[in-house]
Amino acid sequence: MFIRSTKLITIITESALEHTLIDDFDRLGAGGYTITNARGKGHTGVRDGRWPTDSNIRVEVICDTELADTIAEHIIKSYYRDYAVMVYIGDVTVVKPEKSGKGG
Amino acid sequence: MSLDPVVLFFILGLCAGLVRAEMRLPSAIYEFLSIILLLAIGLKGGIELSKQSIGDLLPDTMAVVAMGFVLPLLAFPLLRYIGKFDKVDAASVAAHYGSVSVGTYAVAVTYLTAQQIYFEEYMPLFLVLLEVPAILVGIVLVRGISKNTRWGKLLHEVFLGKSVVLLLGGLLIGWVAGPEGIESIAGLFFDPFKGVLALFLLEMGLIAASQVSCLRRYGLFLLGFGVVFPVFSALIGGGLGVMLGLSIGGTMLLATLAASASYIAVPAAMRIALPEANPTLSLTAALGITFPFNIIFGIPLYHKFAEYFHTLGG
Repeated sequence: MFIRSTKLITIITESALEHTLIDDFDRLGAGGYTITNARGKGHTGVRDGRWPTDSNIRVEVICDTELADTIAEHIIKSYYRDYAVMVYIGDVTVVKPEKSGKGG
Repeated sequence: MSLDPVVLFFILGLCAGLVRAEMRLPSAIYEFLSIILLLAIGLKGGIELSKQSIGDLLPDTMAVVAMGFVLPLLAFPLLRYIGKFDKVDAASVAAHYGSVSVGTYAVAVTYLTAQQIYFEEYMPLFLVLLEVPAILVGIVLVRGISKNTRWGKLLHEVFLGKSVVLLLGGLLIGWVAGPEGIESIAGLFFDPFKGVLALFLLEMGLIAASQVSCLRRYGLFLLGFGVVFPVFSALIGGGLGVMLGLSIGGTMLLATLAASASYIAVPAAMRIALPEANPTLSLTAALGITFPFNIIFGIPLYHKFAEYFHTLGG
């Protein structure tokens, strides 16, 4: 079993940004990402997902510290002003059956 | 005033939403209903187009597209200088009001069908054509024709949104297959149309009710604009309908299209194109004020407009 400590960056934002974010990840070199639908309340009020403009996504990317910082900085700079955005980074341990070059 | 059952379903949704009843349609069902409606409307229009010479419709089509550019340009100064909105909010709301609502169109068609009033069945062509121009006007009002605007991405969003693709797809399939070809799928798309619309409107009522709580935030101007501007637009649409020689039913539908405000395609496009615009403001107006007004009061009123214009026009 292969265990590796790395970073998990989570972005909770508007689903309107989904395609834009995917383009950004490709450009910034993220190896993979996971997107789930989300709803909740934050600094822009309740986003209950009843209408496309009121729905959120939760995007998770597992990557090294440097890329996590790059992604976080890009998102805050590009979207924080005009969109509902929450970004947080945490330490995670990735578990895989054996060492491989695959990321994500 | 006798209300059609589909409108009563909308009112049920509205009331249930206002008293916060525990009810909502699963979003996948709502999506499915909206797909059926968009395709059914497109197919109906396409079948009629297969019987028409497209060349004959070209001048009418161009006039209708021109109306799509003019309406937001009329709304913008009202919002900017009387409503005292920011430039970007004024442009975004104007784009919503220049574009159209498929739900409102469907209710207007149901109204005419119930009263057995003839209308030109190729009207869905106008419906799809009116979705787009206002969005472009809204963007250009704020950004100008700037090279910095990511037009590729925006045009993708505008022209390949769900409603445009399904309406246009339905039109093309109806046009290619013709009435006999479509007969085999009528059981899904045409026979249950009214029931599908009723369920769709139930959910729309619930969603419209959820917008009402935002109304207090934006004051009386938005309420007034959400009612008065559609009526004014309906006069323009109705006038154009008479000029184009449409029947009373067709004139009423064009008036309804002019009066309706988009709450699906435009909010999605504006969120990408003008992210600094307040999305709640436009949606509250389009969905919380104008949609209910049009469904309950507007459509019968626009019918009266159409009749009146036709008496004037001889």
